[in-house]
Amino acid sequence: MDFDVILSDALRSGIGPIAAIYVIAAMGLNLHFGYTGLLNFGQVGFMLVGGYGLAITVVTWGGSMWLGVLVGLASAVVLALLLGLPTLRLRADYLAITTIAAGETLRLFYRSSWAEPTTGGVFGLQRFANDFYDLNPIPRGTYGFWTVEFSARDLWVMIVAWGLVVIVGVLLALLIHSPWGRVIRSIRDDETAVRSLGKNVYAYKMTSLVLGGVLGGVAGMLQAIQVQSVSADSFDPAVTFFLYTLLVLGGAGRILGPVVGSILFWFVLTFIDSALRQAIDAGYISSDLISTSEIGAVRFALVGLALILLMAFRPQGILGSRKEMLLSGR
Amino acid sequence: MLVAALALLLVMLPSVTASAQDEEVPHGPGFGARFLQALLDGIQFGVIIAICAVGLSLIFGTIHLINFAHGELVTIGATFAFFLNVSPAGPGWHLIPAAIVSVAFGALLGLGIDRGLWRPLRARGTGLINMFIVTIGLSLLLRHIVLVLYGTRPGSFAQYDIQKAYDLGPVGITPRDLTVTLLSVATLLGVAALLQRTRIGTAIRAVSENRDLAEASGIDVQRVVSFVWMLGGALAALGGVFFGLVEIVTWDMGFKLLLLMFAGVILGGLGSAYGAMVGSLVIGIVAQMSTLWFPVDLQYAWALLTLIIVLLVRPQGILGHRERIG
Repeated sequence: MDFDVILSDALRSGIGPIAAIYVIAAMGLNLHFGYTGLLNFGQVGFMLVGGYGLAITVVTWGGSMWLGVLVGLASAVVLALLLGLPTLRLRADYLAITTIAAGETLRLFYRSSWAEPTTGGVFGLQRFANDFYDLNPIPRGTYGFWTVEFSARDLWVMIVAWGLVVIVGVLLALLIHSPWGRVIRSIRDDETAVRSLGKNVYAYKMTSLVLGGVLGGVAGMLQAIQVQSVSADSFDPAVTFFLYTLLVLGGAGRILGPVVGSILFWFVLTFIDSALRQAIDAGYISSDLISTSEIGAVRFALVGLALILLMAFRPQGILGSRKEMLLSGR
Repeated sequence: MLVAALALLLVMLPSVTASAQDEEVPHGPGFGARFLQALLDGIQFGVIIAICAVGLSLIFGTIHLINFAHGELVTIGATFAFFLNVSPAGPGWHLIPAAIVSVAFGALLGLGIDRGLWRPLRARGTGLINMFIVTIGLSLLLRHIVLVLYGTRPGSFAQYDIQKAYDLGPVGITPRDLTVTLLSVATLLGVAALLQRTRIGTAIRAVSENRDLAEASGIDVQRVVSFVWMLGGALAALGGVFFGLVEIVTWDMGFKLLLLMFAGVILGGLGSAYGAMVGSLVIGIVAQMSTLWFPVDLQYAWALLTLIIVLLVRPQGILGHRERIG
């Protein structure tokens, strides 16, 4: 077993573009779940409309990529309003079911044969982010340290994505400590009390849903740009579950929670993946027990286990406060 | 309004005019016959969803937990029966004993999950929302254990595979599907009788209605909860075997059915067993009937859209209580 390979795989994944993209999506979720107490289980739906908004504008309509970015953002806002209007009056768990159903419905519509002329159906859309890569100032080549290396292309996505993480993080921190932020945190803790103070709880929740949804849309666009393709099946409900896992791992209701959570999540996930592959190749684990094709499934199972154990034993995660995470939802 | 608004979101999808009708076979059966056939298929699909969903609803009614891992109980029921019935590593039993053992296994699994996971969490005073997230972790864990053990390849049971349909005037149904439908209806009637006529059924209804009052009047709530988990597990396993029989066995079938179960349960009223039955039937019919006008690959999407619309118009569902909403 080559520990250098395992460790550099894990490091590359922990600081890579995907980790940064997940931080942004999870920051949106943190605004919903960690600060406002909204159980949004359809964050992947916001990512989907964001990514597709961009791709459809460029590929199907022949617009520019920057127009696509605006369309992607607008789609996320519209989706948040659509979801929020009927469900924000309802109890927490109803929102969870509605949002996951909405995410799945969107996925089914976007991948259907009916939508194929626009969305490319099951094949998705490709090559719509050339404008983004044309801006890349980094000369061709690979960059990195030790055995952790990134191509100029990945490095460019990483710089933009982590840059956005910093900007969004600062903005969120300011927002959370503003009067608006105090109200949404109070809504999480005691909605009735906030209502009795004359605040329009519904409007606050809606603002939070829209802002967090837009962050999901941004993450979806970045994901689409990073691979230069969108396909509906990459917006599986499991993505939202991953986001919850890393959010809970890092600590919900903390600005740095998603950052710490995402880096650790991708580090550990890739570490396990790479270590299992090495162990199977080296014959330490019999391929009768787990074959290389089953490693993906083992990874998912471990994510599930981690979510159970975290919620049971350390619901506040690494950075959170236990008192804040005792949610009752009614 | 929501429909119109959702359509707005889908404005990115033009060419709505190119509907499924263009690809129709010119000399197929008439619309009336196709309508009746879709209705029949919908009822068959609906009663199977209902069997799976009743447990979900009863569990919500007694401990207010939305069990996201319920779909995995369905998958495990189907794949366990598949193992006993078809798998080269299994004993190769006939489907009927395999199904019976699988249902018993489902009941034990339900009981095991309650004793091993939920009871300790309840004792620790874990919040309901935290428990809800635990069910999502459990769902991921169980689904991917099934994936490792069962594999990605869809499978069919050894018996009742290819059958000639009975011709009932304009519609047709295979003996297998007819038997499954009748058995499903009988099971649902059995559950209803259990809830109405037996002591444990009365206790379940009492706990669902008012847990504290039930406990104060001497009902052993822990025992009721354990029984509900066993019943839910057994019914989910049975639903899984039935769905695997009329459709196909796959590692993620339960998760695909889960959202339809939620749709049925919420449509009928969260926590009401009869609501779950009625709601699931409606969802099954909506899914199948939609294929008359829309492409087949959208049939689940219409069912989920129904769920969202119902929440807009009547959040407590058809048979639900008003106070259950927030």
